[in-house]
Amino acid sequence: MNQASDLPLWAALLIAIFLLIGAGLTLIGSFGLYRLRSFYDRIHAPTLGTSWGTAGIVIASIVYFSVVESRLILHHLLIGAFVTVTTPVTLILLSRAALYRDRAENGPDIPLLEPPNNPSEVSSTEKESADSHNNTHTIEK
Amino acid sequence: MSRLFPYPLLVVSLVITWLMLAGFSLNQFLLGLITALIAALGLAALSPVKPRFRRWDLLPKLFAIVFYDIVRSNIAVAGIILHGGKRIGKSSFMAIPLDLRDPTGLAILAVIITSTPGTAWIDYNSTRSILILHIFDLVDKTAWLNLIKNRYEYLLREIFE
Repeated sequence: MNQASDLPLWAALLIAIFLLIGAGLTLIGSFGLYRLRSFYDRIHAPTLGTSWGTAGIVIASIVYFSVVESRLILHHLLIGAFVTVTTPVTLILLSRAALYRDRAENGPDIPLLEPPNNPSEVSSTEKESADSHNNTHTIEK
Repeated sequence: MSRLFPYPLLVVSLVITWLMLAGFSLNQFLLGLITALIAALGLAALSPVKPRFRRWDLLPKLFAIVFYDIVRSNIAVAGIILHGGKRIGKSSFMAIPLDLRDPTGLAILAVIITSTPGTAWIDYNSTRSILILHIFDLVDKTAWLNLIKNRYEYLLREIFE
């Protein structure tokens, strides 16, 4: 870490900017996770950390080590790649578990397991529009 | 050839990963190649679905679009959180019928949707092909439908189907 003071100004600025962007977004994401109220709102906040939060820190670390060691160092990119590829696994697992539980408990504003098929729940016009190609029907209560 | 070398894409990416971690040299290349080939044979025993890229040339376009959208939505979601969760729209579920059937395409769509802050992939019903999303700041449903259908799904179908 002694080399940090020998960095050229442009590199120091670039590293500082990306490090601040990455750390800042991760902090905001964690803050959102703490502040937001519903589970489904909360799963949006940490994605700040897994997208540009990670990217900012990875870019800063690539620039730092490339300048310090005077050669292009790219293996930090793998961190970004693996974080991006593995996030959906846990996120979908969590959200499906939450959805399963909310459906079982008949929570408010929860999309049904199946869009209603039986005529008692849906009028024929709604059914027709649901069959048209660009149907968007969110199932709201 | 295809029996000895069943997953070329996997082998190439494993060798590149190996070289990035271990340093670029001929020795490491050979060691990485042997490891990758054994790994590919191991994967072949599981016989997963093989991804089929029909339009390689569209991949950079997809990456550029997704990159731009991730930057934009990072700023949007960070803004909402900093304003104490106040937003123009409301957070809501949205059901989207998909025409994309290719498993690799769907996996990439899942990565795109989850790594874009503001949208979360909640559930996908493979028999009915209905995707349920959760949108953090839903103002205009048709705009989101357009985004998923025309911006991402269209490109993914071009690439994989």
